[in-house]
Amino acid sequence: MTTKSQAVLNWIDERFPLTSSIKGHLTEYYAPKNFNFWYFFGSLALLVLVIQIVTGIFLVMHYKPDASLNAAGVPVAFASVEYIMRDVPGGWLIRYLHSTGASAFFIVVYLHMFRGLLYGSYRKPRELIWIFGTLIFLALMAEAFMGYLLPWGQMSFWGAQVIVNLFSAIPIIGPDLSLVIRGDYVVSDATLNRFFSFHVIAVPLVLIGLVAAHIVALHEVGSNNPDGVEIKKKKDSSGKPLDGIPFHPYYTVKDIVGVVAFLFVFSAVVFFAPEGGGYFLEFNNFLPADPLTTPPHIAPVWYFTPFYSILRAVTYPLFGLDAKFWGVVAMGASVVIIAFLPWLDRSPVKSIRYKGPVFKAALVIFIICFFILGYLGVLPPTPGRTLVSQICSVLYFGFFLLMPWYSQLDKCKPEPERVNFK
Amino acid sequence: MSVDQEMDSGRRTLLLATSAVGGVAAVATAVPFVASLTPSERAKAAGAPVEADVGKLAPGEMMTVEWRGKPVWILRRTPEMLASLDKTDDKVSDPASNKPMQPEYAKNKHRSIKPEYLVTVGICTHLGCSPSEKFKVGAEGGMGADWPGGFLCPCHGSQFDLAGRVYKSMPAPDNLEIPPHKYLADTTILVGDDGKA
Repeated sequence: MTTKSQAVLNWIDERFPLTSSIKGHLTEYYAPKNFNFWYFFGSLALLVLVIQIVTGIFLVMHYKPDASLNAAGVPVAFASVEYIMRDVPGGWLIRYLHSTGASAFFIVVYLHMFRGLLYGSYRKPRELIWIFGTLIFLALMAEAFMGYLLPWGQMSFWGAQVIVNLFSAIPIIGPDLSLVIRGDYVVSDATLNRFFSFHVIAVPLVLIGLVAAHIVALHEVGSNNPDGVEIKKKKDSSGKPLDGIPFHPYYTVKDIVGVVAFLFVFSAVVFFAPEGGGYFLEFNNFLPADPLTTPPHIAPVWYFTPFYSILRAVTYPLFGLDAKFWGVVAMGASVVIIAFLPWLDRSPVKSIRYKGPVFKAALVIFIICFFILGYLGVLPPTPGRTLVSQICSVLYFGFFLLMPWYSQLDKCKPEPERVNFK
Repeated sequence: MSVDQEMDSGRRTLLLATSAVGGVAAVATAVPFVASLTPSERAKAAGAPVEADVGKLAPGEMMTVEWRGKPVWILRRTPEMLASLDKTDDKVSDPASNKPMQPEYAKNKHRSIKPEYLVTVGICTHLGCSPSEKFKVGAEGGMGADWPGGFLCPCHGSQFDLAGRVYKSMPAPDNLEIPPHKYLADTTILVGDDGKA
């Protein structure tokens, strides 16, 4: 470095921790050298967040959150999305990037969470990282739900109608609470405008704050790895972990490979199947919202369907309260319970590589149930399907609630001293 | 601050008092923000009653009018449809309409002022979808051989009979709501105002 640029850097470093931050988070942040395929999804989630923010900024320049009817009798919000798709140069691409990005976000985040389950990334000392992660997931669900109302199509309207009415199931405060969420007695222009405000300002701010906390906490304790052993236990004479490599350049370069592979798939969907077969953009949402007619079959977008199935699976009233209320409780609990994993898993080892057959079987059953619940959530209910979703819901909760026992009973293999690396 | 340092209790009291007053101010400031989330005066005023002319309805036909942003159905029931209510009596969860889902004057077997005309809010009491017409009797309508005609909610499968009474063991907890209404003339109904409220 030339003396001049060194002088500039020194000037900054005396006033702002630039060099030390770069060292702490990139060039001297030691990540385990044995990261595998599953470790791509954290950085990919960050990439999708950036895609969503950038495309979102440009969409807001043309979108109008207005439920009133225009001269042609079409709601202004719905018409403005059509305007973006047809008349704004490049608008269709920006919009498809944003709508596909929503589904991509959940795919990447689900895989990222599954990685945590596989390798015990939630275990001590990473409990706070995991809790921040769960909160990110909750914020993401809120963000996706409110964003889905904005095109003001039939699914937007009736989806919001159903979900907001869920809150009215809460005893005593419920009806007033759903009134405050809607800002009207029905889902209306007031609802559309406040969801717009939350979707573009409030929730993204919370999301970015949580992502920062997630990463700061991660860099404080260091990354877990597929072997689930702490690399900080074995250090060389200079205090660097023996099994650690600097995040930059090693993992920045590796992650670029992941980014390229991801963008291949992502672009293929954006250009050739942006509707995702009716799963990414539901066909009923190409009809403007009609408060008088519910479409014959309504289902949430795919990423909500496992939790929606759990909601529908509760059909028995309990303690004098409606089944509807307990369904809401079960759905809420099915998300919140994820945050408690660090205290539910009592296994002596972290990684699936050294866990015994009981935990492996439990994880397989859990994942199968999650997929079945997701599949049933897009279908209309029948008595048979309801029974299957009830069984799967019980197994879903069983995976978490029985974990303190089965994770202790399990015959685990001994963990290695150092990470395995070919 | 080290532990052995003596605490100035006077300053501590002032600190607590200041924090408490500041907290009250923060809560007071939140009031208008929360209030702004509740329905506006315009939204509250938008519940004007609507008039419906049911003279053109043929027996067995249903029309929909919009009242407070919700669909209100007016169904002209045939004698067969009215007779089906006897058959559903023991299948519905609240046959005598004991729950306050209707004005007093509609708390009867057919849940209406005139037996022939059913006036009901077409919004499922479960999560607010609008149920679909399933008026075809028997297996033909796809609802099973002993289906006497009624409504089916597409969202979560709740079934209602032709008086809007919910069947037993359905996700919906209550019968469909009967709005306040009155007859202005023989075939003109005013929905949203019964002259009593």
